[in-house]
Amino acid sequence: MTADRILGIETSCDETAAAVVRQGTDVMSSVVSSQIEIHQRYGGVVPEVASRAHVESIMPVIAQSIVEAGIDDHEIDAIAATHGPGLVGALLVGVSAAKAMSLVWDVPFIAMNHLESHLYAAFLEEPDLEMPLVVLLVSGGHTMLIVMEDHLRYRVLGSTLDDAAGEAFDKVARFMDLGYPGGPVIDRLAIDGDPTAIRFPRAMANDGWDFSFSGLKTAVVNHVRKHPDADINDVAASFQEAVADVLVGKARRAAQEVGAKGLCLAGGVAANSRLREKALDVCVEDGYRAFLPSRAMCTDNAAMVAAAAWWRLQADGPSPLDIGANPSLRLPVS
Amino acid sequence: MISCATTDVAGTQAVAAEVAALVVDGDLLVLVGDLGAGKTHFTQGFARAVGVDEPVTSPTFTLANRYEGDMVVNHLDAYRIEQFGDAEDLAIPELLEDGVTLVEWGNNILPALPTDRLEVRILLADDDDERCIEFVAVGERWASRLTELARRLVPWGAPC
Repeated sequence: MTADRILGIETSCDETAAAVVRQGTDVMSSVVSSQIEIHQRYGGVVPEVASRAHVESIMPVIAQSIVEAGIDDHEIDAIAATHGPGLVGALLVGVSAAKAMSLVWDVPFIAMNHLESHLYAAFLEEPDLEMPLVVLLVSGGHTMLIVMEDHLRYRVLGSTLDDAAGEAFDKVARFMDLGYPGGPVIDRLAIDGDPTAIRFPRAMANDGWDFSFSGLKTAVVNHVRKHPDADINDVAASFQEAVADVLVGKARRAAQEVGAKGLCLAGGVAANSRLREKALDVCVEDGYRAFLPSRAMCTDNAAMVAAAAWWRLQADGPSPLDIGANPSLRLPVS
Repeated sequence: MISCATTDVAGTQAVAAEVAALVVDGDLLVLVGDLGAGKTHFTQGFARAVGVDEPVTSPTFTLANRYEGDMVVNHLDAYRIEQFGDAEDLAIPELLEDGVTLVEWGNNILPALPTDRLEVRILLADDDDERCIEFVAVGERWASRLTELARRLVPWGAPC
């Protein structure tokens, strides 16, 4: 089954997002709740993490995505929503809205995997990406090294055994009183720092495909406790260097091993400038393509949901309406 | 209060396994400690001891993870709660109906927690790898088990 215009809905974590995408690649609209004036509309600050906030935002966000796409409700051909992994209460809001609208409009419903959607963010900006592709999916909640053999066919080589990469950025930043989110601020400070000033550990750098960032986080905490007057720029740069070294080092080995045609970054941490720089260097040196999506496509959005759904619908058809939210859903592997 | 000084991550996880040997369905453990103290390491040791095979990772972003071993282990994290919203979103009373529940950064949401709980405080020491782990029973549910826990902790480190 195919559907021309798919409405994607994403509510797995902090963002309420909706988008309309044609043919899996043509983004007609992409709305993320933090971009619109929900606070004003509802007269107060909305705690983004709460399911209540999703409940309040979901209809305005969907309506706006359809208006921005310049189409009418009846021109939506299918509705896709993230049903996992994520927060169960948050997921249910998007899934319930999608199912209700699928019934009312009599169009197919497609239950989507958030991780699979992240992999498809790359194809929105570069539809002709060649596979096999090694994807480094790095965000606040996930750190995974994935081989995309073909459309909808994945192998997970490794993932974090403790903290996600983005979580390490946030926690280190918070420990040093740099504010939230930690990624952008550490990135900024690191520009004026010496990445070789402090030799932080590169856990499991040459050991298998899994990652561990908990020890690095603790090492930074220990260093700052012992050297309270350490140059904050040097700490940021040295920490960031350690994270990027491990991530890119493993991705490079993976690309060599599977004979990848390209290396792709996905997830919020993919916006980190040092990580992008290192990934690009490696790709140029080793002679395959680097794909570094724009920041809007790295972070959670619904365009990637609709893009992945275009492929899923063709392969599997619509999802049954009795499918629920699954907070610990895993990437479907071939 | 009882306590145990550990010298490395393995020691912290061994202590967690001793706690795991004493838990029953419906128990609540509140993990308190600074960044890098080892709250997730403690939970990993605990989960492994009750037969959880899959990797136990930090729940900071997902807020809640659920594992099934010999018993259900709910692994929660209140680190972001004070930043974003409401402890109600963790649905702790509902989780307590099924399995054992561990809450990292639980001190962020103490008023929202049931009064019967074991508080596990992991304190950093002078040496990078050393920790002092303190156990405080709050309410009746845990008070009766502390003596047995103290006995079990003897091989793993002196009180601190």
